[in-house]
Amino acid sequence: MAHQSDLIEQDILAYLKSQEEKSLLRFITCGSVDDGKSTLIGRLLWDSKMVFEDQLASLEADSKKVGTQGGAIDYALLLDGLQAEREQGITIDVAYRYFSTDRRKFIVADTPGHEQYTRNMVTGASTAQVAVILVDARKGLLTQTRRHSYLVSLVGIQHIVLAVNKMDLIDFDQQQFEAIRRDYEQFAASLGFGDITAIPLSALGGDNMIEPSANTPWYTGPTLMNYLETVQIEGENREKPFRMPVQWVNRPHLDFRGFCGTIASGVIHPGDELLVASSGRTSRVARIVTMNGDLPEAVAGQSVTLTLEDEIDISRGDMLSIPDTPPIHARHPEAHLVWMHDEPLQPGQIYLVKTASAVTPGRVTTVQYAVDVNTLEQKKTTTLGLNEIGVVRLELDRPISFDPYRLNRHTGSFILIDRFTNATVAAGMIISAAPLEPQNAPLVGFNANSFDVDGEPSRRINLSDASFNGTVSVVDLAGEAGTIGLDVSAGFLDYLGKGNRVLFRLRNVGQLSAVAVMAYEHTLSFEFDRTAEGVSILVFKRDTRFGSRVPDDDGTGI
Amino acid sequence: MSLNLTHLQQLEAESINIIREVVAEFGNPVMLYSIGKDSAVMLHLARKAFYPAPPPFPLMHVDTTWKFREMIQFRDRMAAECGLDLIVHVNEEGVRQKISPFTHGSSLYTDIMKTEGLKQALDRYKFDAAFGGARRDEEKSRAKERIFSFRSANHRWDPKLQRPELWNLYNTRIKPGESIRVFPISNWTELDVWQYIHLENIPIVPLYYAAVRPVVERDGMLIMVDDDRMELKPGETVQYKSVRFRTLGCYPLTAAVESTATTLPEIIQEMLLTRTSERQGRMIDHDSAGSMEKKKQEGYF
Ligand SMILES: Nc1nc2c(ncn2[C@@H]2O[C@H](COP(=O)(O)OP(=O)(O)O)[C@@H](O)[C@H]2O)c(=O)[nH]1
Ligand SMILES: [Mg+2]
Repeated sequence: MAHQSDLIEQDILAYLKSQEEKSLLRFITCGSVDDGKSTLIGRLLWDSKMVFEDQLASLEADSKKVGTQGGAIDYALLLDGLQAEREQGITIDVAYRYFSTDRRKFIVADTPGHEQYTRNMVTGASTAQVAVILVDARKGLLTQTRRHSYLVSLVGIQHIVLAVNKMDLIDFDQQQFEAIRRDYEQFAASLGFGDITAIPLSALGGDNMIEPSANTPWYTGPTLMNYLETVQIEGENREKPFRMPVQWVNRPHLDFRGFCGTIASGVIHPGDELLVASSGRTSRVARIVTMNGDLPEAVAGQSVTLTLEDEIDISRGDMLSIPDTPPIHARHPEAHLVWMHDEPLQPGQIYLVKTASAVTPGRVTTVQYAVDVNTLEQKKTTTLGLNEIGVVRLELDRPISFDPYRLNRHTGSFILIDRFTNATVAAGMIISAAPLEPQNAPLVGFNANSFDVDGEPSRRINLSDASFNGTVSVVDLAGEAGTIGLDVSAGFLDYLGKGNRVLFRLRNVGQLSAVAVMAYEHTLSFEFDRTAEGVSILVFKRDTRFGSRVPDDDGTGI
Repeated sequence: MSLNLTHLQQLEAESINIIREVVAEFGNPVMLYSIGKDSAVMLHLARKAFYPAPPPFPLMHVDTTWKFREMIQFRDRMAAECGLDLIVHVNEEGVRQKISPFTHGSSLYTDIMKTEGLKQALDRYKFDAAFGGARRDEEKSRAKERIFSFRSANHRWDPKLQRPELWNLYNTRIKPGESIRVFPISNWTELDVWQYIHLENIPIVPLYYAAVRPVVERDGMLIMVDDDRMELKPGETVQYKSVRFRTLGCYPLTAAVESTATTLPEIIQEMLLTRTSERQGRMIDHDSAGSMEKKKQEGYF
């Protein structure tokens, strides 16, 4: 194995010490059939010497028997898994591969590029931090490249490698490479990636895979391995507000009550205040318990056991958070749904919705639209079939705690399970709490357009009586293009009076005045935020202790 | 700003999350304990997941009756130390038929004593979830295995029926009679396992360390003479060599390697400098390409 062989031989303890600081990177490769995914991964395994002699012997034998390289080593065969696939010569599922260098351990999801396999790509991408998107240098961007990029962006991957492969077949031509890179950057601008790194490669010949290639003197960027070893992904979840879905309550005896879970985001210390979003209760962390001793701090990604200072009711399915930025707690999320089953979505039918924090029955009430993964166009539809993606509204039997997926992949994702076959039928990514429609006990009811005194068209929005859920409700005004005015109801004021808050998401700062006028008229307070997500205003009533109430029944009677 | 999580800390956290999820969602889980290093790590992770309580499930060992004696001693000691119930299941029908790896060949023997034995035990105790210590990097067909691997009521694994696994949201739903095999250390490699054993000081069977042991050379492999059930073939002689085991199974099917590594760092050093993969010591894989996949479909892990 290609670790520091000298150090291993001479001072194994020093070597082991140096390995303790290694980090972990998960990435996926995507491309069309024959773009060279299997060859590329096989090469990475090969060059990091994760291939042993006995595996090499069988690789040589297999290369002669079923290889595509005229008997020479076919790296792609290192990737072959199931026998059926070996016979068909195509990848049919998601396979995970492992290799490591002295700096990092890597987990690669090898996902197929075949037309009907959106499902597999989304599966592989769901846990990945980086996507390597392959294009054949001779062909440039294809419909599939766009599709893969859209899926990767949908699943929230921020770091993209555009691997322009088979450069050997275009004589390592710089102009062609640059043209592909420009095309891609232009196309991807709307997808909102964090960064895109284009690398000219020959997976087969090894150019720019590990070492800079002599064939591309004009290229000064990182090699693929350089990039993978150094791309900064650590701590991305740590800067976000604290979230821990409670997975298990550990109660070995009456004097110990530990809340077990994997920290989805943020940092926690003994003494920190925590909120249970479903009940609005708060307490402080007493201890962070592990078998190796109590911790002074725990961070996103760790699986821990917390004990609290107060005896409050918490069970599996609850989400612990910091009190000032709680998750959304609601029954009607709006979400992107990727349908993964042969049987199409049945709107209205009950499925099980499993999130990081809870399992609850729920139904899709409406399909807002489907997205054509090739053109990214929206189209009207009433259902979703295998490998189709759409935006849907859900109605859950119980409210759940969640965050928008773009803010938190762990607390914003869910799967749908068929109650009868138990199949996993869809993957979901929550956009936000859906604005409720009148027949669904509305938080916001829309009046007909009216004209205000100046004669300017203005839309009055009535914050009417509603079954408000949890401690924070969301009013999304981003869809309102014109001038607006807000009318409030007694129920709305009562809700705020109990210490709850309402978050207004604004389309732009111009809508601020409507919220401010409402706050002025009803002696409310607000906090203003402008983030990458847009402009929002958190409205509350001062001097009411936040989170001190037990919420009403959500009205479902279940 | 605190330090970043290392790869081992991340793997540990993922495994603990998986183990807790099973306990939260299943009525009657069991941990299959094969006494090897992977099982040792899995057991250690289970203890960490529920500390200060002991893991809330029993350990089960499907004993083929051909395990190394030191493995059995170690097994009984670990179960007692961890405060766990230990179920030992033997396929008595196989014992009656005197099934032996020497006379019946490795694949029939494995099928009856291991695969059949495991199915019997799962049926008898009605376990709905069984933890196993398999890793995806061990064998090609395992690269596509799910972490929660669905099994039909007659324990069959159907590659086409496996559920997509997204994020760390595992679908744990089954019907009566069906079960799930769960592999909490799916994402660990052999090196990760050794590094973690080193870092966490996890006890392992002494056979992993080199010592002078009685062995015979058979088909190019060193087989340890662990008891008098091993009959020598013409021309074979018992030799005393300093050997150790990279993988532990049934003694007649597990080859030893010559070694002088008597400490964990030396074992890791040897592993890093070696040129053959660990499964080479297991005769079961030599049968044919795709053999592991066939065995899995039949219910072997
Ligand atoms: N000339 C050339 N051929 C390549 C390169 N990478 C892959 N190939 C060949 O392209 C074909 C498809 O490769 P494979 O890795 O199986 O593609 P996959 O379908 O994306 O997994 C094989 O014949 C490879 O040898 C490259 O960089 N240059
Ligand atoms: Mg392939």
